[in-house]
Amino acid sequence: MLEVENLHFSYNSGFPVLNGVSFKVTEGQVCGLFGPNGSGKTTLFKCCLKFLSYPEGRISMNGEDIRRRSVKDMAKLVSYVPQEHKPPFPYLVKDVVLMGRTPHLRGVFGVSRHHKRKAIEALELIGILDIADKQYSQLSGGQRQLVLIARAVAQETPLVFLDEPTSALDFSNQMRIWKILRRIAENGTTIVACTHDPNHVLWFCDEAVVMGDHCLVAQGPPREVLSEAVLDRIYENVCSVRDLEQTKMVLPRHVVDGNGSTQTGGRHGHGNHGIGAGAN
Amino acid sequence: MLMEDTKAELERHLATFQETRKVLIIVFLFLLLLVAVGTALALGAYAIPVGDVYHTLFTHLNPAGDVDALNSLHNTVVWDIRMPRILLSVTVGVALAVAGGVFQGCFRNPLVEPYILGVSSGAAFGAALAIVFPLFLLPLQLSAFIFGAMAVFAAYLLARVRGETPTVTLILAGVIIGSIFAAMVSILKYVAVDAALREIVFWLMGGFYYASWKDVTMIVPIVAACFFLLWYLSWKLNILSMGDEEARTLGVNPERHKLVFIVVATLITAISVSAVGIIAWVGLMMPHAARMILGPDHRFMLPAAAILGGIYLVICDTLARTVTSAEIPVGIITSILGAPYLIYLIRNKGKLVFSG
Repeated sequence: MLEVENLHFSYNSGFPVLNGVSFKVTEGQVCGLFGPNGSGKTTLFKCCLKFLSYPEGRISMNGEDIRRRSVKDMAKLVSYVPQEHKPPFPYLVKDVVLMGRTPHLRGVFGVSRHHKRKAIEALELIGILDIADKQYSQLSGGQRQLVLIARAVAQETPLVFLDEPTSALDFSNQMRIWKILRRIAENGTTIVACTHDPNHVLWFCDEAVVMGDHCLVAQGPPREVLSEAVLDRIYENVCSVRDLEQTKMVLPRHVVDGNGSTQTGGRHGHGNHGIGAGAN
Repeated sequence: MLMEDTKAELERHLATFQETRKVLIIVFLFLLLLVAVGTALALGAYAIPVGDVYHTLFTHLNPAGDVDALNSLHNTVVWDIRMPRILLSVTVGVALAVAGGVFQGCFRNPLVEPYILGVSSGAAFGAALAIVFPLFLLPLQLSAFIFGAMAVFAAYLLARVRGETPTVTLILAGVIIGSIFAAMVSILKYVAVDAALREIVFWLMGGFYYASWKDVTMIVPIVAACFFLLWYLSWKLNILSMGDEEARTLGVNPERHKLVFIVVATLITAISVSAVGIIAWVGLMMPHAARMILGPDHRFMLPAAAILGGIYLVICDTLARTVTSAEIPVGIITSILGAPYLIYLIRNKGKLVFSG
């Protein structure tokens, strides 16, 4: 479904943010994109969504190179859930979700009942029908994130990109969102979500793509990929991975070791890969 | 049972998702505009009985009406002086209000007005140039239009970097170009003789004193065409107001559409300014008023703002020509009436107008 080959990208400064990144996501999978701050996750997203044009490499969706696709074609193929933002005008929640229907609108002026139904159904699916008539801009950050996910659902694209979909949500809503994402994926939609929580990748994703230092560190099933070796490589000695009954869990090493205060990662000076590189 | 409940809930929400109410409000506002125009027509420095005013009007509107049989003085006052002036004020009100709404949507900022990109300063310079140097090649209105459009074009070029025009850069470029032209207007004022200086100052305050049928036939079709084009694109303006990146993922090319919106909005602003001078506040206030009544959806907000702009300028211009025996420049009245209204909006209805 999504195929990225040998992608290179650098911002004006010339510092390479993406250095030969390649990975593949197959249809109907939930793929977790994982990596420390400044490792190039957001830049990778922006390249895939054509916000940025990349000098070298190839990105294809549905087997077709996206370079030649128009903005409108792209919008029928891939939707995007940004991190929370605020529009300057007080749109209602249902208006915002209805905007997701834009690539499917054909008529000159009115938005037909069919599209409104789709918007309402998307709100229903996410379970936020009760806030449909509220002002989007006055919701809490977490509620806004749910609305943006509903908008992506209404857009009905085979591929959905989510930029930290659970960053502003409480624990129960985090679980709810991942369950919804899994349910959407079961209907054949491919999902790429970037997240900072390794446990979410372990528990909810079919595939993990780990970025570190502007290139790909590992790709594969989360339980194999998110090993202590890989986590040590990107996080410098902070994590331990433990087996639970059904799954695995990543824990802070100092908690596992029991004497929290002494060991918090050996080489301080070398931490924080390229935070200054402006990759976010 | 649960399924049934959800279904009923869905239907209920779908039912409240209709826009009939908004359409009715717009129709009502339009009727209000007609009333305002009708009232303005009957008022003026020269008193004419109301019956005669409407008799004159309907004789003209009726294709079989015999215009020559009318009282020629009434005919001149009502049809040749008041009518074009009223039509022109409605049209300019529509143009400025719509342009304001479009700029606010495009720039995602509710405090933007149509003059933000320097069109007014450019036009002022063009007009001043034509006033100070009467032998200058271009007539005043054309000169104002050309320099107004040129100022915006310059701001756009200045802000465009590698195929992109970031909003903040564009607004800054507009402010810069605007201040350059403002400085040049000051130079012209400085060198102008007294009579010319007076004329420049008068022009800058805006007014409909010289309105004629010739202006109306030239400006009304252009503004009408531009309005319908903008209205046709108004859903895209909703999407653009969410931000460039989101517009892109929703299938609206932000660069291309912003260019269309800015060009069309600038065209109607420049044409209004060149016809009647700089009239403040309408373009800033009317979109806010429309948003308060109908919400931020541009499909309804733009026509409502247009009608409100028309009503507001007709009222202001009628006041301008009837309150005192001498005419007051209409720009003064729009500001005096407008400022308190905006203060009221911000103090009391802030939440409805801005998202903050």
